[in-house]
Amino acid sequence: MAKNNKAVLTGTHFLSGDLACAEGALAAGCRFFGGYPITPATEIAERMARRLPQIGGIYIQMEDEIASIAAVIGASYAGKKAMTATSGPGFSLMQENIGLAVMTEAPLVIVDIMRGGPSTGQPTMPGQQDVMQAKWGSHGDYEIIALAPSSVQEMFDLTIECFNLAETFRVPVMLLADEIIGHMWERVEIPPSNEITIINRKKPVVPPREYHPFQPDDDLVPPMACFGEGYRFHATGLTHDEKGAPKTVSIPEQTKLVKRLCGKIRTNTDTIIQVKEVTLEDADVVVVAYGIASRAALSAVRKARTQGIKAGLLRLITIWPFPEKLVAQIAEQAKAIIVPEMNCGQLVREVERAAKTTPVSLLSKLGEEPHRPSEIVEAMRRM
Amino acid sequence: MNNKDLMLQHPLAKYLRQERMPHIWCEGCGNGILLNSFLEALDELQLDLDNIVVISGIGCIGRAAGYVNVDSFHTTHGRAIPFATGVKLANPQLKVVVISGDGDLFAIGGNHFIHAARRNVDIKVICANNFNYGMTGGQYGPTTPLEAWTTTTPYGNIEHPFNLVHLAAASGAVYAARWTTLQVRRLKASIKKALQKEGFSLIEVISPCPEIYDRYNKLGTAVEVMKWFKLVSEVHKAYDPAKAVITKNRIIIGEFVDIEKPSYGRLLREMTAQVKEDLEGENTK
Repeated sequence: MAKNNKAVLTGTHFLSGDLACAEGALAAGCRFFGGYPITPATEIAERMARRLPQIGGIYIQMEDEIASIAAVIGASYAGKKAMTATSGPGFSLMQENIGLAVMTEAPLVIVDIMRGGPSTGQPTMPGQQDVMQAKWGSHGDYEIIALAPSSVQEMFDLTIECFNLAETFRVPVMLLADEIIGHMWERVEIPPSNEITIINRKKPVVPPREYHPFQPDDDLVPPMACFGEGYRFHATGLTHDEKGAPKTVSIPEQTKLVKRLCGKIRTNTDTIIQVKEVTLEDADVVVVAYGIASRAALSAVRKARTQGIKAGLLRLITIWPFPEKLVAQIAEQAKAIIVPEMNCGQLVREVERAAKTTPVSLLSKLGEEPHRPSEIVEAMRRM
Repeated sequence: MNNKDLMLQHPLAKYLRQERMPHIWCEGCGNGILLNSFLEALDELQLDLDNIVVISGIGCIGRAAGYVNVDSFHTTHGRAIPFATGVKLANPQLKVVVISGDGDLFAIGGNHFIHAARRNVDIKVICANNFNYGMTGGQYGPTTPLEAWTTTTPYGNIEHPFNLVHLAAASGAVYAARWTTLQVRRLKASIKKALQKEGFSLIEVISPCPEIYDRYNKLGTAVEVMKWFKLVSEVHKAYDPAKAVITKNRIIIGEFVDIEKPSYGRLLREMTAQVKEDLEGENTK
């Protein structure tokens, strides 16, 4: 099936998460991939290198991850839907230019197949250790969107969603998967292309003379002209006004710009945030989980119910922006919250902040093995 | 007729974003000469300005992207070339020009330079080489001559500088030239040539930095530096770039590389066309 001149491979397939992610990107309209090989994300690059030329797209292997994200921003400004895929070390190298993409409002997708860190860590082992880096890795104040798939089907579906969100809000959007989801093989249903929702960036409706590249509409998102379309605009990583002119010492311009960049995400959290709720209505003990940990959590909640424990699951599909309001509501009703994570405690801090006085317990796991459902059930009993 | 009607507009005014003037550059800085030569080249070639993209990194000359009246992007420090690579591949119709400084392109961005030259990506790099980091107040960089005084070489520079045209030649560029800001006609001719040539090109422009580097090193005023350029510049044809020295007594200038080689974009398009053709052939079998 890798030999095909169609962008959307409609049908039922047996794929790994990495391959499903690549197919999702192509189905979403991605026609530019700039990347650098890194375990456990390499298979995405390999698939894109094979598939993109078949459908007239561009694959380029850059000299490092700094160059990869720079090329992806360039391709986005030249009008393509563009992406890169990496893991922790490469994600760290990308951080400065993630800030550039935020500042210049470049729609693009970054896939991070998380492995064990810090540093080179455990390249072939799973981790959920880049969750805070995804939110805070670049300097300055900003908001991003990050989605956490928990199945191979979601690697396909959420990659499309990442592109749609990137194009809607003109932001870099991250698909934060872990090594297990990336390397796991499962059944994937790829729908007919006319059943896939595709969103494209909005274009200017004014003539070039009246176009201000960073003048937002009511939704706080500016229409985007691309290079070569005759608008002859300027974009810069410096603080800028609506015309794109650098404003390096103006306090009002700095305030206005940074507040808008944060605001376009913050005021739209309700439309961005996606979660899955499982038996939360009467739950005393709620598991808040994402990615690989949420699979064990689902099994644990079902098991606990058979044992008479009123357990529920809040599975976060969107982890940034964090669904603070929803967690707060659930915490009001729940007696205890458990957060299983494959790190030393990252998203648990956000849960604690939202949960206020409801006790929150971290179930930390590092290394090869993901959480077992029995471990989560035991934790419920302890609460 | 009032006086306003009599005022002549600068012939290159239409190539600049007038509302961004005055520029930030110091009096006597070579960046104005570099930019002027680029705009004259655009003017003489009568290129469609809607198809030109100017991309810069960080530093004094990095502001050039904001001044030219074409699509332009001011990237992070050192990343103009990989950004430009993405632009050029995504839209091959565009003429993509990187205008940046020696520190930006060859220290923090050095890896990107050699790889873009190796791939022969069809972008034109114009480098303002003023031998130091001017924007941050005069620190040494990858082109600072031995023994030079900068704020971070207070006992004299002990690092050997890059020879940029030699680096470009060794990395695979199809065109490499060096001029000082004195040889404006030759500089403009080089820019025109690079703009019309397919492949990765470097034009190094040795440029005065009268307020900082030249002052620290007692090279005199901007005019005196230009006189020095006149005195020591040696124009050569097809000179070995490895021997293209820059010393107090000799600045070897000229065209060092001018060869033909298919660009990355061309090979990519040919490969893509072949892949598609093969697939369609298989499908009709």
